[in-house]
Amino acid sequence: MADALLKVSGLQAWYGESHILHGVDFEIGRGELVTLLGRNGAGKTTTLKSVMGIVEKRTGSVTFENGELVGQPSDVIARRGIAYCPEERGVFSSLNVDENLLLPPVVKPGGMLVEEIYGLFPNLLERRRSQGTKLSGGEQQMLAIGRILRTGATLLLLDEPTEGLAPVIVQRIGDILRQLKTRGFTILLVEQNFHFAATVADRHYVVEDGRVIDMIAAADVASSLGKLQSYLGV
Amino acid sequence: MFELLGISPGALFGQLLVGLINGAFYAMLSLGLAVIFGMLNVINFTHGAQYMLGAFVAWLMLTQLAVPFWVALVVAPVIVGALGVVLERLLLKRVYHLDHLYGFLLTFGLALIIEGGFQLKWGSAGQPYPNPLPGGTNLGFMFLPNYRAFVVVAALVICLATWFLIERTRLGGYLRAATENPTLVRAFGINVPRLITLTYGLGVGLAALAGVLAAPIYQVSPLMGTNLVLVVFAVVVIGGMGSIMGSIVTGFGLGVIEGLTKVFYPEASSTVIFVIMAIVLLIKPAGLFGQTK
Ligand SMILES: Nc1ncnc2c1ncn2[C@@H]1O[C@H](COP(=O)(O)OP(=O)(O)O)[C@@H](O)[C@H]1O
Ligand SMILES: [Mg+2]
Repeated sequence: MADALLKVSGLQAWYGESHILHGVDFEIGRGELVTLLGRNGAGKTTTLKSVMGIVEKRTGSVTFENGELVGQPSDVIARRGIAYCPEERGVFSSLNVDENLLLPPVVKPGGMLVEEIYGLFPNLLERRRSQGTKLSGGEQQMLAIGRILRTGATLLLLDEPTEGLAPVIVQRIGDILRQLKTRGFTILLVEQNFHFAATVADRHYVVEDGRVIDMIAAADVASSLGKLQSYLGV
Repeated sequence: MFELLGISPGALFGQLLVGLINGAFYAMLSLGLAVIFGMLNVINFTHGAQYMLGAFVAWLMLTQLAVPFWVALVVAPVIVGALGVVLERLLLKRVYHLDHLYGFLLTFGLALIIEGGFQLKWGSAGQPYPNPLPGGTNLGFMFLPNYRAFVVVAALVICLATWFLIERTRLGGYLRAATENPTLVRAFGINVPRLITLTYGLGVGLAALAGVLAAPIYQVSPLMGTNLVLVVFAVVVIGGMGSIMGSIVTGFGLGVIEGLTKVFYPEASSTVIFVIMAIVLLIKPAGLFGQTK
């Protein structure tokens, strides 16, 4: 892909002495929605954290808009225009919903307005003065996604946004991801729920033991079901 | 009623005022300690020495450069706060990821060095600092010295302003969030290391501001912070580390309790705070306003 927005090549990462990523390669074009699929412990979260600069010990190359990110601290990476929604959601208990939403600073022009975000998540508007962690799991997930839409970041890293949520809410998150895509966001989505991923993504990368072992385009999903099932153990 | 209790109203209100004054200093100092601990994960045992530095810088400015109190009240905390920033950048930032013990040894050692150095140069005796607001008002039941009234009001304003900064502003939101999850706050694009430096500078500046306010009341001496900070640590333990308002209320409250103890049971006045600390630790180990994590 000539105009990859994000290009990851030979990415390795360590937590202390444990070597977790052994050379991850993938790329995302502007405006694409791409997933990282894989079993528990495959290294999906670690890949997102390494892109974001949260895992400090990393080698290889991660370029965003042709600028190298490996070696940069995470605040600098965020200011390039990448926003991160962690697996554990990271809603702050000492901040109310409004404050949580307004916490991430605007890094570039062109982000969504607070009213637009509340329009997307009306439940949050009703509870804007509540303590962030008093919300239900689904609402906290909406808050964690909503707060990174304001910043002007063009690439969103979403780590298992559907984990542990009821089917109606999963569906709602699917709707929202499709809307964000039409708004022009580029999205890297980590998922274990393949059936959900298949409904939103353009392409899927399969992660296993700290490497990307396969790539499946949305059009080939039907013919690759057997292969996918063996990868994911479902 | 006063006759029944066998005490004069003058003595009662006098001690109440002393208690409020002491409480004002407890509140300002425990506030800074709590904010610093939240962000840096370091218990700042240099706090008493930095309080002393505030008073000393003001005194030196007055005696060497004839800088009046009201100017020193602003300038001295800025100077001492800037020294705090340098200290954080050079030394403290190296111990955050280590056990609390390292932060304790570093900040405690620094306090000993600073206080020792000042003792060497100026001796242990106190230096008087002239009262910038002489005179007072007779309230009928007691005489209220102007400067002491000013200190109580100023301390309240300073404490509430700090509370407002932390609980109601954008910067305060960053601070609260970074206290909870610095990694994530940094991944949102906020320069957390700089935020930490700023917090330490502010906390130290607050200690120095208390020191300048204290100069005309207590004398200016190298060890003026040592005894005070011991009580302040007890105040922090009683109030709990988590809450800004908790630090303020506990600081003033314990000052008043200490003052009243001087009236009703003078023998216990120097230990009452530590007795309360022991009781609170037994019943609510996280402190009155603290949250258990
Ligand atoms: N903080 C950590 N310290 C050490 N090992 C970790 C840490 N986080 C994750 N791991 C290990 O790294 C591997 C990959 O984890 P992760 O990236 O979270 O997987 P996934 O998100 O695909 O489920 C797992 O074996 C996990 O045990
Ligand atoms: Mg994961």
